[in-house]
Amino acid sequence: MKRGTYILLKDLFNKKKKYASIPTEGSKVDIPEGLMKKCDNCNKIIYRKELSTNLNVCPNCGHHHQLNAWERINSLFDEGTFVEWDKGMITSNPLDFPEYEGKLEKDRKKTGLNEAVVTGFGNIDGHATAFAVMDARFRMGSMGSVVGEKIARAIENAREKSIPFIIFTASGGARMQEGVLSLMQMSKTSVAISRFSEAGGLMVSVMTHPTTGGVSASFASLGDYNFAEPGALIGFAGRRIIEQTTREKLPDDFQTAEFLLKHGQLDQVIHRHDLTYVLGTLLKMHQKGGSPK
Amino acid sequence: MKQILEFEKPIVNLREKIAELKKFTGESEIDLTEEISTLEKRLSDLEDNIYGNLKPWQRVQMARHQERPTTLDYIGELFTDFLEFHGDRTFGDDEAIVSGIAYYKDVPVTVIGHQRGKNTKENIRRNFGMPHPEGYRKALRHMKQADKFNRPIICFIDTKGADPGKESEERGQSEAIARNLMEMAGLKVPVICVVIGEGGSGGALALGVGDRIFMLENSTYSVISPEGAAALLWKDSGLAQRAAESMKITAPDLFELGIVDEIIPEPKGGAHRDIKQQAANIDVVIEKALKELNNLSNDELLEQRWEKYKQIGEYKEQ
Repeated sequence: MKRGTYILLKDLFNKKKKYASIPTEGSKVDIPEGLMKKCDNCNKIIYRKELSTNLNVCPNCGHHHQLNAWERINSLFDEGTFVEWDKGMITSNPLDFPEYEGKLEKDRKKTGLNEAVVTGFGNIDGHATAFAVMDARFRMGSMGSVVGEKIARAIENAREKSIPFIIFTASGGARMQEGVLSLMQMSKTSVAISRFSEAGGLMVSVMTHPTTGGVSASFASLGDYNFAEPGALIGFAGRRIIEQTTREKLPDDFQTAEFLLKHGQLDQVIHRHDLTYVLGTLLKMHQKGGSPK
Repeated sequence: MKQILEFEKPIVNLREKIAELKKFTGESEIDLTEEISTLEKRLSDLEDNIYGNLKPWQRVQMARHQERPTTLDYIGELFTDFLEFHGDRTFGDDEAIVSGIAYYKDVPVTVIGHQRGKNTKENIRRNFGMPHPEGYRKALRHMKQADKFNRPIICFIDTKGADPGKESEERGQSEAIARNLMEMAGLKVPVICVVIGEGGSGGALALGVGDRIFMLENSTYSVISPEGAAALLWKDSGLAQRAAESMKITAPDLFELGIVDEIIPEPKGGAHRDIKQQAANIDVVIEKALKELNNLSNDELLEQRWEKYKQIGEYKEQ
């Protein structure tokens, strides 16, 4: 009797639903596509406009939804200062991998981008910097020849122009369809970073959801400062593979930004609303000595 | 117990038949010398035909062969006075990577390589040649030392990939691999990398940024194992054979893609058939490469390294 009462009382105050509701065709129509969105974390229905003016951070629970490359760029750069590099570079399907070109074409249409990274330069809070922003919508942000080449060139440009380099990563890792050429982009970008660093250049990495595999094991981890957004998934090996191989129960927060911070792998986890301030301040502090000679 | 691969069975059967006939001739009055020599000719043709036309999946099996020589086997053949040094000075010693200094023809060099085991017990100790973060960090410590004392570095690559484990993630295996890539790029001494077995993903690459990359004829180098690729792309790891073909992971493939500088030939039937011959074949390319690289100034060395990596990749510009 007592136990029953307890459960009833608890249920009154618990927001968590007792039953999982299966959405029907009807209920789907209830949220007009484009006008509202259900938060991936707290399930609250939010106006898209409200979400977008809040930089895709849920006003209810603070969950950071992904930003695409241009949303990111527009949110950070001083208006009218951004110039894009190598916009027209596209893959040539070097391994003649079956079905690859169709998939690329589909993602080009979907995103309006030619590849999974946008590079260029512009000003953050009045400070010039070179830039690479990955877009997870394009082939899961995976890195093939084009992504590697664009990033390597952006770093070289930063070196030649004597400006810092900031990268926002969002990637599932290497692009399978370009095989070992994808793997070698890890080396290529790392050699570029080595040259840039040797010349005294400042590199900042901001890992966003998700940053895994070959991208996390190359430039994403090679900033002079390594940051991440709250809740971002960051890791090398996939959770499922680790569970299957080791038969070990992994903690819920495994491979999250907060998990990495706790294990000493990050300088800070930064709320999206604070990014312009932190990056702007960093750039300012490195004005003398942060640019390659 | 010798491991016999499926495609080698016709060769093994014929060889057994010849041995039987030889035994029979020795014990009886009937002379079969002529038949034996015909069969021996046939055996030689069969070997040429099978080993000379290995398919990608067959090369994968060769690269994974139980008896395939490991880093320590080659160290024994190619170097003298090898002194192995342990530990990353931060966490521990990873036995999936061996590292130390030795003489290569009277010149002190730093030698680093992945180390597999040849039996279960040794494989458990070596974690099947899959490095942990402390392994990469040990390797880096030795590379920095080589840089300081102006010793060339020779790396042997032979791993399925990085250790897929909870602790390796906690200790920052992404950062450890990334750091090695960047630091190797800046080393002011010649770095020579030889893929001797499997070159698996980031775990291989962490010892793989060099001035020369060589691959044994039947070694592989790939972004993911064929099984892993098949599971990811087609949700069926049974399609590994197809993945091995599409992914272009063999030495000839990598040579064609402009990643590998030279393919080191293997004895007929694979490296394990004749370790001494294999080591001699490796010796030739290392000696030549060192001679070329030792003539370069620091700046030239670094510039050539950048040029080497800069050109890897294929794309179009509109």
